[in-house]
Amino acid sequence: MSAPTLDRPAAPDEVALQAQFDATIAADHRIEPRDWMPEAYRKGLIRQIAQHAHSEIIGMQPEGDWLLAAPSLRRKAILLAKVQDEAGHGMYLYSAAETLGADRADLTDKLIERKQKYSSIFNYPTQTYADVGVIGWLVDGAAICNQVPLCRSSYGPYARAMIRVCKEESFHQRQGFELLMTMMGGTGAQRAMVQDAVDRWWWPSLMMFGPPDDDSPNSAQSMKWGVKRHSNDELRQRFVDMTVPQAAVLGVTLPDPELALDPETGRYRFGAIDWDEFKQVLAGKGPCNDERIARRRAARDDNAWVTEAATAYADKHAS
Amino acid sequence: MHEETVYDALDHAHGGEGQWAFGTGFDEPLAGVDTTVPEGIDPADLGAYCLMLGDDALVLCQRLTQWVTNAPELEEEVALANCGLDLLGQARLLLARAGSVGVLGRSRTLATDSIPDEDALAYFRDPDEFRNSRLVEAPNGDFAQTLVRLLAASTWRLALFARLRESRDPVLAAIAAKGVPELTYHRDHAARWVLRLGDGTTESHRRAQAGVDAVWPLLADLFSPTDVETRLIAAGVAVDSGELRDEVRDVLTTVLERATLTVPAWPAEHPSRGRAGDHGPELTVLLADLQGLAREHPAATW
Repeated sequence: MSAPTLDRPAAPDEVALQAQFDATIAADHRIEPRDWMPEAYRKGLIRQIAQHAHSEIIGMQPEGDWLLAAPSLRRKAILLAKVQDEAGHGMYLYSAAETLGADRADLTDKLIERKQKYSSIFNYPTQTYADVGVIGWLVDGAAICNQVPLCRSSYGPYARAMIRVCKEESFHQRQGFELLMTMMGGTGAQRAMVQDAVDRWWWPSLMMFGPPDDDSPNSAQSMKWGVKRHSNDELRQRFVDMTVPQAAVLGVTLPDPELALDPETGRYRFGAIDWDEFKQVLAGKGPCNDERIARRRAARDDNAWVTEAATAYADKHAS
Repeated sequence: MHEETVYDALDHAHGGEGQWAFGTGFDEPLAGVDTTVPEGIDPADLGAYCLMLGDDALVLCQRLTQWVTNAPELEEEVALANCGLDLLGQARLLLARAGSVGVLGRSRTLATDSIPDEDALAYFRDPDEFRNSRLVEAPNGDFAQTLVRLLAASTWRLALFARLRESRDPVLAAIAAKGVPELTYHRDHAARWVLRLGDGTTESHRRAQAGVDAVWPLLADLFSPTDVETRLIAAGVAVDSGELRDEVRDVLTTVLERATLTVPAWPAEHPSRGRAGDHGPELTVLLADLQGLAREHPAATW
């Protein structure tokens, strides 16, 4: 994305506005939609919020693939409610982006045209029902680590949206963990399913925090503006520290022979992440990238007549 | 700053939250409810009736769920999932009620004892043991046909549940009372879409009319009481589905006319095929999706 510079020389009143903006950020107060903000702050936020909204919407698909086949009616209810929550998260994140002048339909087009990204984790397939549990436990767990600090984002509408998102995500995380606990208490085949799912999702979950701090192009400015509060590596470390004891409770092995408690720091050391894989998936070469986008495209294009009808009806009955 | 762990921060921001959606571990949907069958009611008939109504809800839930991640708008993802969830809740209660009066019989022997009644009934019956109407099992078609079907199904079910609140079986009456506001929303949501589509563009009108024409013949499956229903009507338990005809026809006619759609001639009614276990091949496909995983692991705990 563009460097955070103003497009033209600042007019005198813009200098004052910039000073006011800087003071608001420095005081850890919120920027609201009607406030003046630097163009790069606005654009950067739209990019981040849209990417987040897209992730919620694309994220419905991997778990949604099990909706029809959930193995008990209670699990079906839990999963349907969860996928519905994700649609809701997408809706209020798009709304937050719209307070910055973006348009949901336009952002959706950008997603489908691959001009904007979404979390790479959703380009992996869900192979068994244990994947549903592991997505809740690890993927939602990692999302929570990433997102809880965003409840204090400097941009008011985003921060408020994130409070609700995080509350529901924590629900999902515990539901995922509960599914895995139940499966671990079930048959041998179920336990094997859980371990297999953990093996496949562990490393992609660690990648969810983004590239290492020394290779994260957008981080520094986001942190300076209070949009982002902690570095990628710091959040990743927190996630590992939090998750290792949970894995022990669950009775699964995390697939990292180098994972070990550092007695000096009290934190867990872990092995090297395969950033080549991350870059491949990010570049659209993951197992399910094409499928995910194709479904969004079909939902938009095949149903365009529905939206047109709703608009035509509203116009006819406007008065 | 309070951020020792992310969860602490979460609790700090929102207060402690101990609640879990859908609980931890399995709770029978009817736990704590007195499931005694009132005198003069045949439990086998009551169970069979609960299966009819429960299967309708389960099968339509499955159909609506097929739209999730494929709907025209995000609002519609939420709305159709919401209708599906309501119906799933109704299905769970009705199947549990059926289980509580002993309908499992031979189906139960297919499953292990650890499987709750609702799941034994949903996952371990074959297509010819399902008692849903033909209306709910038909494929979705396009968005217009889906919403026309939802309108028809929710109009019928709301008319039924409104009366079923007076059932002599207190459990059934309570399930109906819970369902009425849900079905009122489903009917309203579907009716609004049928209006928009019928009176929208030429294309949407064409599709809505095609949806109506496809759904209409399926109404024939709904209004002739089975022998089980006839006995339960006499016992004050069931609603005479024939009594619902005028209300359903009036509501559907009103909506379709306002939507500028042509109301087809009322179909020639026949004894219900679906309620007799006579289903189309599409139900077999639907149930294969629903049941495959559970049947692959019959000894599993979910």
